[in-house]
Amino acid sequence: MLEVFIFSTLNGLVTGLLLFMLASGLTLIFSMMGVLNFAHASFYMLGAYFAYSISLHLGFWMGLIFAPLIVGILGAVVERFALRRVHAHGHVAELVFTFGLAFLIEEAVQFFWGPDTKNYQSPDILDFPLFTLFGQEFSAYRGFMIAISVGIFIGLYYVLTRSRIGIIIQAAITHPHTVANLGHNVPFIFMGVFGVGTALAGVAGVIAGPVLTTFPGMAVVLGSIVFVIVVIGGLGSLGGAFIASLLIGLLQSYAIASNVGMPDLLNLVGLEFSRDHPLTDLWTLTLPQIAPILPFLLLVLVLIFRPTGIAGKREQ
Amino acid sequence: MKTLAKKSAIWLAYLGVLLGLPLLFDSILAITIFNQMAIAIIFALSYNMLLGQGGMLSFGHAVYFGLGGFMAVHTLVMIEYETVYFSIIYIPLIGGLIGLLAAVFIGSFSTHKAGTVFAMISLGIGELVAASSLIFVSFFGGEAGVNADRTYGPAFFGIEFFQDSEIYYLGAAWVFIATLFMYLFTQTPAGRMANAVRDNPERAEFIGYSARRVRFISFCAAGFFAGIAGGLFALNYEFITEENLNAVTSGRVLLMAYIGGLGYFIGPIIGAVILTLMNSLLSNYTELWMLYLGIMFVLTVLFLPRGFAGFIMMHRTAWIRGKLGSLLLPYLITGLPALVFAIAGVAMIEMLHHEGEVFHFLGIPLESANLSHWLMCTVLAAIAYLGCKRSLPQLREAWESANAIDEAGEEREAS
Amino acid sequence: MMRLFSNTSLKLLLVSLLIQGSSLASAQEPIRIAFMDPLSGTFASVGNSGLKQLQYAAEELFNSRGGILGGRMIEIVPLDNKQSPTETQIQFRRAVSEDIRIIFQGNSSAVANTLNSTITRHNRRNPGQEILQINYSAVDPILTNEECSFWHFRFDAHAIMKLNVLTDYIAMNPDIKKMYIIGQDYSFGQVVADTSIELLREKRPDIEIVGNEFHPIGQVKDFTPYVTKIVSSGADAVITGNFGADMVSLARSIIDSGLEIPIYTFYAAYDGITATLGADGVDKIRLIHNDAGNPIPTQERLEYIQKFKRLNPDNDMTQHRITNALQMLVKAMEESQSTDPYDIALALEDMRFVNMSGEELWMRGEDHQIIQSLHISVHTDQNIVVDADNSGFGLLREYSVPAENTIMDHSCRMQRPRR
Repeated sequence: MLEVFIFSTLNGLVTGLLLFMLASGLTLIFSMMGVLNFAHASFYMLGAYFAYSISLHLGFWMGLIFAPLIVGILGAVVERFALRRVHAHGHVAELVFTFGLAFLIEEAVQFFWGPDTKNYQSPDILDFPLFTLFGQEFSAYRGFMIAISVGIFIGLYYVLTRSRIGIIIQAAITHPHTVANLGHNVPFIFMGVFGVGTALAGVAGVIAGPVLTTFPGMAVVLGSIVFVIVVIGGLGSLGGAFIASLLIGLLQSYAIASNVGMPDLLNLVGLEFSRDHPLTDLWTLTLPQIAPILPFLLLVLVLIFRPTGIAGKREQ
Repeated sequence: MKTLAKKSAIWLAYLGVLLGLPLLFDSILAITIFNQMAIAIIFALSYNMLLGQGGMLSFGHAVYFGLGGFMAVHTLVMIEYETVYFSIIYIPLIGGLIGLLAAVFIGSFSTHKAGTVFAMISLGIGELVAASSLIFVSFFGGEAGVNADRTYGPAFFGIEFFQDSEIYYLGAAWVFIATLFMYLFTQTPAGRMANAVRDNPERAEFIGYSARRVRFISFCAAGFFAGIAGGLFALNYEFITEENLNAVTSGRVLLMAYIGGLGYFIGPIIGAVILTLMNSLLSNYTELWMLYLGIMFVLTVLFLPRGFAGFIMMHRTAWIRGKLGSLLLPYLITGLPALVFAIAGVAMIEMLHHEGEVFHFLGIPLESANLSHWLMCTVLAAIAYLGCKRSLPQLREAWESANAIDEAGEEREAS
Repeated sequence: MMRLFSNTSLKLLLVSLLIQGSSLASAQEPIRIAFMDPLSGTFASVGNSGLKQLQYAAEELFNSRGGILGGRMIEIVPLDNKQSPTETQIQFRRAVSEDIRIIFQGNSSAVANTLNSTITRHNRRNPGQEILQINYSAVDPILTNEECSFWHFRFDAHAIMKLNVLTDYIAMNPDIKKMYIIGQDYSFGQVVADTSIELLREKRPDIEIVGNEFHPIGQVKDFTPYVTKIVSSGADAVITGNFGADMVSLARSIIDSGLEIPIYTFYAAYDGITATLGADGVDKIRLIHNDAGNPIPTQERLEYIQKFKRLNPDNDMTQHRITNALQMLVKAMEESQSTDPYDIALALEDMRFVNMSGEELWMRGEDHQIIQSLHISVHTDQNIVVDADNSGFGLLREYSVPAENTIMDHSCRMQRPRR
């Protein structure tokens, strides 16, 4: 049991930190512009695909450097030439636009790279077990994923709270007009933040691609979960997003590892149903079976009982 | 009095179109497409009650469509096994009631707030219901869905609904009734207040309306009509699967309503017709139709924020002032190069897609390996782009003069 | 085939929209066969690959040799059902509208079931305009059992037949003591799990089922938590019915964890999967399938495959049963001298046919289920003549069961139409 617990924690940590890399960019963009970027996970997918193409010619490490750059530039272009335009029509139009963009990016990826799974591999240098516990290996690549994620969190935290540019960004979030009056180019800051946010998603894509497989559905699989995290964490709160990411990562991991379900619960209260019972699907439900939809359950509950999320301040 | 007569004429014309279409196009395929449209029209109109009129952006509207449809199919099965006994023409009503029931339940907690919170709850509920539909196999039938046969009920004036064309007329009747009632809803105080709450919830509260209640009523009505669409779906296809209540269907109805034009009553009808045609016809000519749909959607959001209906409505002033004709030529001068540009672009996309093989585009054989074909398309696109760009100021000028308030004219009228 | 608004097809469309297609069958009019599978979207590559194989078979075996039934050509009409049951209904009506009477379909049992019930209903309501369903790949057992239909013929072994052979093979391996079953949470995944447990209990009562896990289809981001459970259960082998990205992710997670156990699968090859598994999957991944892979049984078949490969360098000859199905269909047409689905169906019942691999196939008349040999192959790069995904890796046959040993009982009570 202990080994399952340890590995589930590690797995949850890897997933959670990966989710955070996406959520951090999304929440940064939200707090800046008040728009939830539906296409955020699509930029994550683009990161994986660009890195795959680059890795074919220049190797994994070049992909890690250049793919996020390309994605970030693409994001900035989207902000400058499209989002800014739609902004005039209000938040609903922005949300609908990013929804359309997500749709378009998925189609474009299929167009350029085809609908097949891509053979995007982790670098050979990290192709060894970091440690072996109870006969199960923990690959070095997963350790590398944790390291990158933590590094980004620390870096982001440092930039936002300690550097001059971070202070300007923070000010621009709450008082855009004052910041503009002080002579800062607020639209440019917005574009930069959007670019950096999407680039972060790109990094996540680059490092997740080899592990979670690179295929056109990868954005959809992750997309709504990231949304859930940002909302549960509290819209616009970086710390909340961090807690929510880990929470969801661990929750899913533990749920899958568990072996409990409705039958156990029924046994506990001494009830038993035959397999012909009309609600037999409900009575035989197990926790691992519903693990992937737990975040949505959590989302609905949080929104009903605490619409501001874990650490949110902003009332919509 | 005059407006009432005018409005009745529009509704009669609508009825005429609905009844006349299968006489003009009577192939099985055409009837199939019309049936799809009928379902899509009700569904998209119901979505517009949420987003267009009530300002609630929903990512899970298919839930009410699907639940209504599932219950409708189960009712058909019950008719087959003679558990219940009534004509199948009432099936859409069953769907509607289930949609309403689901909306009452979900709306009771999700309509507290509009905006992002509502959108997120709808997303979460949508995902939850879609995932549950795959888990609860006995009701939802897993990924294969539930099957039924519509021909077992008592005949309706001798019609047993063996053929799709018979279903079409039933569907047309339901479309007419549903459209009429949805229109009448916009004229009721509740419908009017929905607009008020959408635009400014605070002010609406000041004059004594609970924004939440108004939203709740719109939400329930939208759920009811979505359920009717689901019931019609069940009748037409005689089966339903989980894909009819998942995020893809929810996304599609958003696309329909948005492309058609939010806020205009007729908008979703236009959107439903366009998207159904794209889905069923365009997909036969190119595998890339989804890509084109995505491009079209993004361009619509960027350049026609009020959709196709909004674009048509933009010409109201010019039309009333009798200056629509003066816009025709500038439109042609700009529109033609734009069309050529689009065609050249599509040709290049298709060329990329058909790498290493010859394919026919508008009857012209093209090949990606042939450099001259690329050159031809690029030059064509460049010329068209320049033509478009150079003629744009003229169009703008013509537009302004057609819409500008002509002071001299006004005075003449006054005197 | 994917012309965009070419003149002729636009006219065709208008004509088909305006007037109901009337068929004046002349001797030279082509025989039109619909191929209904996903040709756009996520599953497009599998559908397009099947389409190319069917077109190649029609061209290579019949059209280039002067056609059939005295000079009539076979025309394959692609219909894109986007792997959606709803879209299948729409495309079915298109086929009816264009007076196509034979429909090839294979991907997704959900679609096959929908098509089956739609066709049954249509044929009952429209006597004289019946449609024939040629199922070349959907393996849901009910299609030739509870839900069997006179108008449906299956040219692939169904899931239970395959599992019967697979469990025989597993039972022969004394090293396997603990089995873990994991699959997508839908009907096929459940059939695989239930049947495996039942058959293994029968054949090797000493094998312990240490896990029986379902996960939502296409929703899992990371399979590592599942693999953790597999490792801690001490399993010696895994059975999975997963396909597509779920298959790749699962296999890679298992391999990444350092677990050196065999994985028994249905769909872990071709369409990018073989290339992605690459060297990591060698000697670990095994597939149960019909149509013998490497070594290729006959020279005729090898040349047939190689010519296909020359014409379609990016595709593999993944489903030889498509060729089998077309050959048997043509044989039925020739024997009955008819293109009417009723006559063809009668001729197909209990047909015996020697295919390109020199093997005799039998279409059982009672339930319209093909009976043919089944094979288990391993993912490897040794002795591979015909590889997959141009990767150098492919499937090497390890174990074969002749047709007569794959026969299973059925529960089909077929309703035969009266003429």
